[in-house]
Amino acid sequence: MKTLTVNDNSLLWEKNMTIDVILKKMNYTFKMLVVKVNGKLIKKTEYSTIIIPAAANVEIIHLISGG
Amino acid sequence: MLRDEFFSKHDPGIISALRSAVVGIAGAGGLGSNVAFSLARAGIGKLIIADYDKIEPSNLNRQQYFINQIGMPKVIALLENLKQINPLSDYQMHEIKLDEKNIPIIFKDVDIMVEAFDKAEMKKMLIETWLSNFPQKPIITGLGVAGYGRNDLIHTKKIDNLYICGDEQTEPQEGISPMAPRVGIVANMQANMVLELLLKDV
Repeated sequence: MKTLTVNDNSLLWEKNMTIDVILKKMNYTFKMLVVKVNGKLIKKTEYSTIIIPAAANVEIIHLISGG
Repeated sequence: MLRDEFFSKHDPGIISALRSAVVGIAGAGGLGSNVAFSLARAGIGKLIIADYDKIEPSNLNRQQYFINQIGMPKVIALLENLKQINPLSDYQMHEIKLDEKNIPIIFKDVDIMVEAFDKAEMKKMLIETWLSNFPQKPIITGLGVAGYGRNDLIHTKKIDNLYICGDEQTEPQEGISPMAPRVGIVANMQANMVLELLLKDV
């Protein structure tokens, strides 16, 4: 059973897993995000195209206003 | 004022690292003006600061400006104020709206970048532009500063070269306004992280 890590949580890995799939599985509904996979920035246009490998470390940062 | 007088309360061992540092600040509002004040007091050699806003009366509830500066571009007023605090440092001010194209040019020489915008979409734009262009250089973002109280929720988090300061959850909205203490705390956490990174090998 392969897994990956999303914001320090363990998630079951699947074939053809994209950021869009991960967001759905994590129930992350917010829109303003910065996403990093194994330290590399993933842009919004790549959320549905880049396949995330097993054991990847995914960081999803939710940007909020205020300053 | 002599340099020795200004730095007489600084540990002599850290002065040269501070004097040779270049720090960028994107935004000169609640976070940016407070970060700039603290870094000027710390004696950072050069600050590069960009903002396109003018000072409004409502800014005075949390931003480091004064009544007689209302209507002025923030970068002009901030330059005045920083020179009153520490005239020894170099301040490069840019009255400009930052975007994906001008950020890598304006801030190419900084050692550390500070994200000090108000709006989430601008924070995202800066962070993504920074991580794409300068992944080896730290960027420190302020995230979740609105409201009052709840000191315990405010924290620092590191994701590679991206540092997050704030509570990561409190956005300004009806009933939750941005206020001086919490904005100032997060701004100073950002400034404090700048010093920690600059001085880690000193």
